[in-house]
Amino acid sequence: MGIFEYAPAPESRDLANLKSHYRPFVNGEFVDGSGEPLKTINPATEEVLAEVGTASVSDVDTAVKAARKAYNNVWSKMPGSERAKYLFRIARLIQERSRELAVLESLDNGKPIKESRDSDVPTAAAHFFYHAGWADKLDYAGYGPNPKPLGVAGQVIPWNFPLLMLAWKIAPALATGNTVVLKPAETTPLTALVFAEICQQAELPPGVVNILPGAGDIGAALVGHGDVNKVAFTGSTEVGKAIQRQIAGTAKKLTLELGGKAANVVFDDAPLDQAVEGIVNGIFFNQGHVCCAGSRLLVQESVAEEVLEKLRYRVSTLRLGDPLDKNTDIGAINSAEQLAKIKGLVESGDAEGAQRWTSPCPVPERGFFFAPTVFSDVQQSMRIAREEIFGPVLSVLTFRTPDEAVTKANNTPYGLSAGIWTEKGSRILWMANQLRAGVVWANTFNRFDPAAPFGGYQESGFGREGGRTGLEAYLDV
Amino acid sequence: MSDRISVAKTYKLYIGGKFPRSESGRVYPVTDTKGKFLANASHASRKDVRDAVSAARKAFGGWSAATAYNRGQVLYRVAEMLEGRREQFVAEVSASEGVAAKKAQSIVDASIDRWVWYAGWTDKIATVLGAANPVAGPYFSFTVPEPTGVVGVLAPQQSSLLGLVSVLAPVLATGSTAVVVSSADRPLPAITLSEVLATSDLPGGVANILTGRASELGSWLASHGDVNALDPTGAEPSARADLAREAAGTVKRVLTVPDTEPDWTADADIARLRRYLEAKTVWHPLGV
Repeated sequence: MGIFEYAPAPESRDLANLKSHYRPFVNGEFVDGSGEPLKTINPATEEVLAEVGTASVSDVDTAVKAARKAYNNVWSKMPGSERAKYLFRIARLIQERSRELAVLESLDNGKPIKESRDSDVPTAAAHFFYHAGWADKLDYAGYGPNPKPLGVAGQVIPWNFPLLMLAWKIAPALATGNTVVLKPAETTPLTALVFAEICQQAELPPGVVNILPGAGDIGAALVGHGDVNKVAFTGSTEVGKAIQRQIAGTAKKLTLELGGKAANVVFDDAPLDQAVEGIVNGIFFNQGHVCCAGSRLLVQESVAEEVLEKLRYRVSTLRLGDPLDKNTDIGAINSAEQLAKIKGLVESGDAEGAQRWTSPCPVPERGFFFAPTVFSDVQQSMRIAREEIFGPVLSVLTFRTPDEAVTKANNTPYGLSAGIWTEKGSRILWMANQLRAGVVWANTFNRFDPAAPFGGYQESGFGREGGRTGLEAYLDV
Repeated sequence: MSDRISVAKTYKLYIGGKFPRSESGRVYPVTDTKGKFLANASHASRKDVRDAVSAARKAFGGWSAATAYNRGQVLYRVAEMLEGRREQFVAEVSASEGVAAKKAQSIVDASIDRWVWYAGWTDKIATVLGAANPVAGPYFSFTVPEPTGVVGVLAPQQSSLLGLVSVLAPVLATGSTAVVVSSADRPLPAITLSEVLATSDLPGGVANILTGRASELGSWLASHGDVNALDPTGAEPSARADLAREAAGTVKRVLTVPDTEPDWTADADIARLRRYLEAKTVWHPLGV
């Protein structure tokens, strides 16, 4: 490589307005949580970014009480047209503070600034805009006249898209008239707490949104709280199953957005250069920390060598390193723990006989980084073909006929997303029908929009986020 | 009238379009509400549940891929056959539920009408629940509802026919396939319904009806790895939490149902149809 030398182009870290301490947000105020404070680190440098106060189980109760009070006295009584105005305000404030949020997100999460700036933050704002418009139009949503909210929503979100997942959860909940207690992930709490400031700036009534940093035990306490009416979780399938078990037999309404092992299917007539771009986007976007990542590439045998060659060349041009550098394609793995998990699965790929190719890109000495990796000669029985890796690791399998492609693509307990690459329109529509997945991208990958429902089949969870369909999760219908 | 001994029926299960006896060989006595012996019904076992689930899985591909128009025709045909057996259903509902003939007639009529109502939904539900998504970018994005898969149904214990139809018809209308455990004490209308299904045009395996105990069979359905959704209506309220816990092992969709049986005579809505549908969103770039 080395065709172009790039000078460093770092975004200013001062834009993040990083503070040394952050605190939980309950009933409209930042409060001292009674949990053990946690230190959140920059995964690209391993430096401590800030100390964050966490909630204890008793704080969960306080926050749920605040949310209940706000629900009963204010939010459920407010006309939808008024709720809408708060959501519009929040959307605008996210846009106005977008640079701050993007830099802070990249610092705390390790994702490249070009992704936080161009994808995460604008899409988060878009979710509030979209749902704001629903708040006074719920009679038209298809659930009968005057559909009712559920009450207090307990929401637990992951570390891969901290602000965006918050928006996916909070915007529809508020639009439909629910109040919220949200627990951000342990390793990425910062943008959620800046979002709390935005709620204050928007003069959102106290208690409508409450944010409690903490670990899994706080999530479990929130999910299990007796006065929570709705539980929404995005994260691993393992934890999703535990939550489904935990609340079994209660009246709580549940939606789950869990893991995936998406098939990205490339036919021999596909525009291969475009397909390679899509494959790269499918698995290396956000370091592969994407539940719907196209982690199983299924290539038609006749073009497999050609695709692999193009793919290796393209991947070797990806720039890995400082997330704040505007030219960085692949940032840091979010935590040491996740890095260890990726390494473990990659070793299993070696041990089970797959052929590993790793990009020769330089890897920083400090921080949690993993060079983009492509496994070929992968068999369906291998762990790297069955288990979600959640990292920049692609498994390549081959197929001969469209039927074989369908069989292999559907050979997974998951069912979140899938990709199809072919010039033949009739085949696209046929494949899209056959694939057991909630989102199918044809000749593109990893597209998201608040107007388009997103969610899984089978063990990728149930319920949808976005679109008219997504409102159902927060309505008593 | 001459003295004549009636031909006694042997009641069997309905699995994969056939009428096998329970693999376990077990039967249990069915009585009317006054305790008078009516018949022996097959007492389905765990193995029967497994056979029924594999039959339902095998039938899923064809049934879900059939055109909505065709599925509507088939379901309407079932309603025709129900109408043809009206008198038998009236007698069985009357004996099973201990209601007078007139009341039983109105229950049977409502059951037939409900089946017709759901038959008409097959080619409309995608229009009502699907969408063209106005995304902010050069993409064509649309969302279609698709059937969830194999659904385990614990039918209502009290309402032997109208309740059964109200929980089974929506499963079939979506294009999903069903394994149903009938009311334990009132199974005769369910058995007759299976005879109706077998002689309509419904492909074998699309609906499978087991007579037996929800308390025994429910957990096998809830924990089965190849069942996608569970309707626990016929389970004891105290057993539902356990069923939901077992269902979590494979992230099954579990219906939220009231503790006591609802009034099945009330008008149906599309809530049950929605529960057995997945929303699939497809994206494609726009360009020349």
